[in-house]
This record gives sequence, C-alpha cells and structure tokens, in this order.
Amino acid sequence: MLLLAENIQKRFDSENVLEDISLEVNEGEVVVIIGPSGSGKSTLLRCLTQLEQVNSGRIEINGKLMVDTVDGRAVYADSKTLHEILLDVGLVFQNFNLFPHYSVMKNIVDAQVNVLKRDKEEARTIAMELLKKMNLSDRGDAYPCELSGGQQQRIAISRALALNPKILFFDEPTSALDPELTGEILKVIRNLANENMTMVIVTHEMAFAKEVADRVIFMDNGLVVEQGTPEELFGNTVNQRTKEFLQRYSDI
Amino acid sequence: MRIDNVPIDLLLKNMLSATGTVLLIFFLTAILSIPLGFVVALARRSRFKIISIPTRIYQLIFRGTPLMLQLFFFMYGPFYIFGIGFGRFNACIIAFVINYAAYFGEIFRGGIAAIPKGQYEAAKVLGYSKFQTFMRIILPQVVKHVMPATGNEFMTLVKDTSLAQVISVAEIYNVATNAGARYFSTVPLIVAGIFYLVMNTVVEMAFKLIEKKLDYYRT
Repeated sequence: MLLLAENIQKRFDSENVLEDISLEVNEGEVVVIIGPSGSGKSTLLRCLTQLEQVNSGRIEINGKLMVDTVDGRAVYADSKTLHEILLDVGLVFQNFNLFPHYSVMKNIVDAQVNVLKRDKEEARTIAMELLKKMNLSDRGDAYPCELSGGQQQRIAISRALALNPKILFFDEPTSALDPELTGEILKVIRNLANENMTMVIVTHEMAFAKEVADRVIFMDNGLVVEQGTPEELFGNTVNQRTKEFLQRYSDI
Repeated sequence: MRIDNVPIDLLLKNMLSATGTVLLIFFLTAILSIPLGFVVALARRSRFKIISIPTRIYQLIFRGTPLMLQLFFFMYGPFYIFGIGFGRFNACIIAFVINYAAYFGEIFRGGIAAIPKGQYEAAKVLGYSKFQTFMRIILPQVVKHVMPATGNEFMTLVKDTSLAQVISVAEIYNVATNAGARYFSTVPLIVAGIFYLVMNTVVEMAFKLIEKKLDYYRT
C-alpha cells in the first residue's frame, strides 16, 4: 500500500473541513475524488502533501509515517522524514504555479539539480524526455507567460514527474482551462494511467473520472459518503446523496 | 569666465569636487540601505511580535520625522550623550542609511507580499528548503516587482543629499549657497539644479534599462 490515511480531521478556526477521512491507495491505482465545492477534497490533498497540517489522524506514505495521533494530538515526523515523504509525492495545482521567472526547461530542471542534487546534464536529459512526451519539445526556452494554459499545465506535470514521485496528486488540474485545453490534460493523465502511475485526482470532469478511475470516492461535508468502482458509483448507486450530486452532471 | 559676476570655471571646479561627495553619499547609502531594507522587510513580516512591532516603530520614527532632524540627531546626539561624535561625514551616512532602510523596508515588504502563495506551495511540494525557496523563487520575482519604486527612491536620494548641508557636509547645494551668497547671484543655484538633473537622468536611464532587462517574463 502506497498511501494510508486514517481518521483525518482538519479544522479551520472552529469549522471542521475534514470530519473523519480514511483513504488507501495501492501502487498503480488511479483514485478519483469527486464531490461538491467545499466538501474538503482540496483540503485533503493539501494535508497529504504537507501544505496543511491535520488536527488528528494518521498518514503513512510509501511505508514512512508522516503523522500519527498521540493522546488526541497530531504528532508529525522529524523534518528529515517529512522531506523524504515530500519527495515521494508530487502535486499538480489548479492554477499551475509555474515559476514565471524561469524558462520551461529551468522549471523542470531546477528542483532536480537543487533538491535531488542531480547532475545538470542528466537533469536536462530527463527534462527533454518529459517535454517530448508532452509534445512540447520545441518550447524548452519559452517562458510560462508565453504558453497556453494547457501547455503550462503540461509543464507543471513534467516538473512534478521529473522528481520521480511514487504518487502524483492532481488538484482540479483542468478547472482553469477551457474544454479544448482540458482535453489535452486529460490525455496526458490517461497516458500516465496507462503507464501505471499511482495517482489521486480531484476533478469535476465526471466522464473522465468514470473512464480513468480504478476507484471513485465521493466526498461531502468532510466525509467520504461512498466509494467504489466507477460502475458502482456512476452506474447504480443506491446512495441518495451521491445520486443527487451526480444528477447535476448530464454528461454521464 | 564670469556669468552674473560668478567665476564659472571656479564654481564648476568646486561643484565637481562636491559631486564626488554627493556620489559617495549616494552609493554608500544605496549599498548599505538595500540589504538593511531587506532585513527590515523580513523583520516586519516576522510572526514574532517582539521582532515585528519594534521594527514597525523604527520605521514610523524614521519615515515620520524629517531627514534633516535625523541628520542633526546623528551629528550632535552622540556628542551630547556620550561625549564623542561620529564625525561629520559618518553621521551623515548613518542618518541616510537608517532613514532609507526604513523606506526600502516598506517597499520590499510590499514586493514580498505581492508574490502569490502558490509559488511558496509549489516550491515546498517540490522539496525546496525555506532558504532555497526565498533565494531561488521569491527574491528574483520580488526584485522585478520593486524596481519601479526603488528607482523612484533612488531619484529622491540624489536630491536628498542636499540636506547634508545642514551639518555642513560640502555637497553641491552647500557649495551653491556659499557661492550664491558670496557673489550675490542665483546662478550657482541654477547650476546646482542642472547637476542634480543630470545625475537623476543617469539614474532614470539606468532603471529604465534594468526594467527592460527584467521584462523577459510576466507574472
């Protein structure tokens, strides 16, 4: 098991954003999380990638314990372990968050060289391969502001992949893109799924979720309402809340 | 040659040597107050109130009182309090550096605050340390952000050097008023104005060039 999260709770001020979330992700699995805005999907990803700290619960990634609850309080691992766990995960943001002052090539190379201490030439070779895979071989010298949203997101995915994460998280990767560009990104994610990349994807693209997911999780109000195969959820769910939510999407 | 009874070649010679003093004040202040300004900006952003509040009070005092008074303070204050002074030129530089660091602190604080949170988050998830994040990701973008305001500040600094005359530092304005009084003429003041304008033209063009160099990307 690559990721194990148990009884995650997260409060902002006094509001419980994550009530009690448990999640398991196996190697090579594609898990898609759906649910209405404010249901805590993004917060969950942010807790798993250490952008937020949980209030209680237990998270284990790639066999390393990130946080556990002792006497009702969340206790995080030491900073060295946390850094190692960070290197096991990658995160793709809704609004890309590329470094605007770096060229496309440097965006992909910089963390490899400065975080992983990879040799510069090796890092460049890896970046070139990723750019080729993303159909962006000729844009290495461009700056993010010169690229379309779809291209920027493909660079952001390359930047994350360059560090060889064991598991890749996507936080609404297509929400800032128009339908045409959305297609570009979904194609990239589909290819990654075919290569057995372990992924956790938060998305509102239901048709895509149905097609690419090994398992779908429906979240609402900080709780997992239902989870199962795409057929179980989209086909014939008996859960009233899931039904209500899915009715709003006509494309499935 | 004389214009309006003023021996122009002598005046220009004195002005040029005073320009040396002005440039020295300018460069020393710039070189010292910019790094100090960054420290002030970071101190202001500190989550520890024991650091951020005194910093804010320091900025309030030095932005809220005339630089002229601050020059007097650093010139004569130590003498009254400790019995020894810094010396004329040192007192002048100390006053300028501490004053300008307060302003730069505010400019840089704004520049740092303008960087979107997503940049920090992307860097963190990629495994950059806090120091790497600041040096490699945040600072280069801050530099671009603060360039116009910094250019503005530099032009003000060129003109503010004229205040050093209140503690009798022989800079351009000091030379001009002395010559004006001696020859009963406004010509030295006009010449002084031209000197400041020429220096600030250089500053303006330099910043234009830097901004153009930094124009290779947009945020």
